[in-house]
Amino acid sequence: MRSHSMRSNSIRKFLYISPFMALLAVFSYYPLYGWVYAFFDYMPPIPLSKAPFVGFKWFHSLVENQVKVDQLVQVIKNTFGISGLSILFSWLPMIFAIFLTEIKAVRFRKFIQTVTTLPNFISWVLVYSLAFSMFSSEGVVNGFLTQMGLIDSPVLFLQSSDHVWISMWFWITWKSLGWSAILYIAAIMGIDESLYEAAYVDGATRMQVIRHVVLPSMLPTYFVLLMLQIASFLNNGLEQYFVFQNAFNKDTIQVLDLYVYNLAMGGGSYSVSVAISMLKSLISVALLFSVNGLSKLLRGEGIV
Amino acid sequence: MSDNPTGITPVAKKNNSRPSKKIKMQVGPTDKVISAVIYVLFSLFAFICVYPFYSIIINTISANDLSAKGEIAFWPRGIHFQNYVDVFKIPGLWNAFVISLGRTVIGTLLTVGASAFLGFMFAQEDMWGKKFWYRFTIITMFFNAGIIPWYLTMRSLHLTDNFLAYILPSIVAPFFIILVKTFVESTPKELQQAASIDGAGIITIFYKVILPISKPILATVAIFSAVNQWNSFQDTLLLVTDSKLYSLQFILYNYINQASSLSTMVNLQNAGSTAMASLATKQTTTSIRMTVTIIVVAPILLVYPIFQRFFVKGIIIGAVKG
Repeated sequence: MRSHSMRSNSIRKFLYISPFMALLAVFSYYPLYGWVYAFFDYMPPIPLSKAPFVGFKWFHSLVENQVKVDQLVQVIKNTFGISGLSILFSWLPMIFAIFLTEIKAVRFRKFIQTVTTLPNFISWVLVYSLAFSMFSSEGVVNGFLTQMGLIDSPVLFLQSSDHVWISMWFWITWKSLGWSAILYIAAIMGIDESLYEAAYVDGATRMQVIRHVVLPSMLPTYFVLLMLQIASFLNNGLEQYFVFQNAFNKDTIQVLDLYVYNLAMGGGSYSVSVAISMLKSLISVALLFSVNGLSKLLRGEGIV
Repeated sequence: MSDNPTGITPVAKKNNSRPSKKIKMQVGPTDKVISAVIYVLFSLFAFICVYPFYSIIINTISANDLSAKGEIAFWPRGIHFQNYVDVFKIPGLWNAFVISLGRTVIGTLLTVGASAFLGFMFAQEDMWGKKFWYRFTIITMFFNAGIIPWYLTMRSLHLTDNFLAYILPSIVAPFFIILVKTFVESTPKELQQAASIDGAGIITIFYKVILPISKPILATVAIFSAVNQWNSFQDTLLLVTDSKLYSLQFILYNYINQASSLSTMVNLQNAGSTAMASLATKQTTTSIRMTVTIIVVAPILLVYPIFQRFFVKGIIIGAVKG
């Protein structure tokens, strides 16, 4: 009797959350059904039910001729280049946090922390707008350089295809460095005081304290974040590259997410882009699980 | 919370500054050099973070002809506020403002409500299939079908050109649910047990016991969610063709890319009322872009200093235990 009421109670609790689970099913799981588009010759506005089944045709088409292969290789290069730069500099937030907490003047430290986290809260469209105001041909920087007589004609910072990976990395860093440092600041604040005291008693200098006390305490956090970053290697997101793309930098800025979008929305090739985004999702999940496994192997605990 | 302006966890506050007062660390000449370098580098980075905002603000309130020539770099000159008056006359801008505000308010309320309730429910021991449903929710953070299948789904649900597309997909937000669940689990179990013994049902416990004590974490969720809604651009880009549903972010993006005709339009509109717009207040493409930028970024700049400590704390709680 009692166990029966407990069971109905536990089911009632589920019923309360079921509408929300339904929302998830519709917006997160049902889209997976959209993967079938990759196996049909889908041409809007003809409905999928009337589209012919083509098997792996679209997957083959990705590699069927040199032009397409070259294009895809360039896209993958861009993805790897930009993600790679981010991973290469993934220690920056940690260093940022270490030296920020070295600042003894409390007000100055808080000011820096507040100001440097601000860009994290604006959209990529706004970042682009700021970039445009600063670096376009009629922007502040060109205006300033012309005023100073350093240049005769404006430097085309945004329309250039050179250094796109680096400038994209710069904007990512500008937007997120201060914010990413917060986790490390939390980790530093959690370091046991006695470790510092022991180091001071031993006569350690400041850099020695950082090297032997602070840095080792942060490495676990660093590895977790690094692994998460590696797991999302292929997911650069669309928005940043979409707003910064133009006719001049298109070749070097197209990362996978933007490529998929341009193929479908620009070219109407839904099936091919679904095929690519399907491959991308599968590789990402495989990456996540490998990294998780690696983390378990190395550190004894997973990241997800 | 208010006595903790760094937003660092309370534990951290105690040893906020290094214990160097107790034991003097040796300060050598290298340390002084290091200090100087630290101060310079951080000041430089802070300047790079703030200057773009500052520069645009002073440009929008300076004489437009000076601004167009790039002569406004550090101080505003020829101060006027005509740009803001003119820009709000652009057709569609008010409408976009209302859409952005509407989706932010409605979306945030629903997301906070759902996150609070689901976070609370997932902290219950005895829910049918709790473990499964929790994983079902969290996995969506790491795995999604991709942008085009998502778009096709939204289209088949008739959520293109539909205001609900801004709201419905964001209601269940796994990260916020983790934050609330972690918080609820850290509160004493006796609170809920006592209420339960007094005969309170699960909804009453949620409403009368959990909601009031969860205010700090819900404030965090609210501000994150509001910022997400306000900043959102991709959903308009993918799903909306009807200009009545354009958000401010989308309008701004359009203005940056195709603003040349805008200034002519605004100047023509003003031609009747102010027969001869002086050079200082005559709209240029740049002045319109910059003014709209400030209108879009202003809400963030205004709430940011107030809520910074909340979301800093929130992210730490979520990251450390989640």
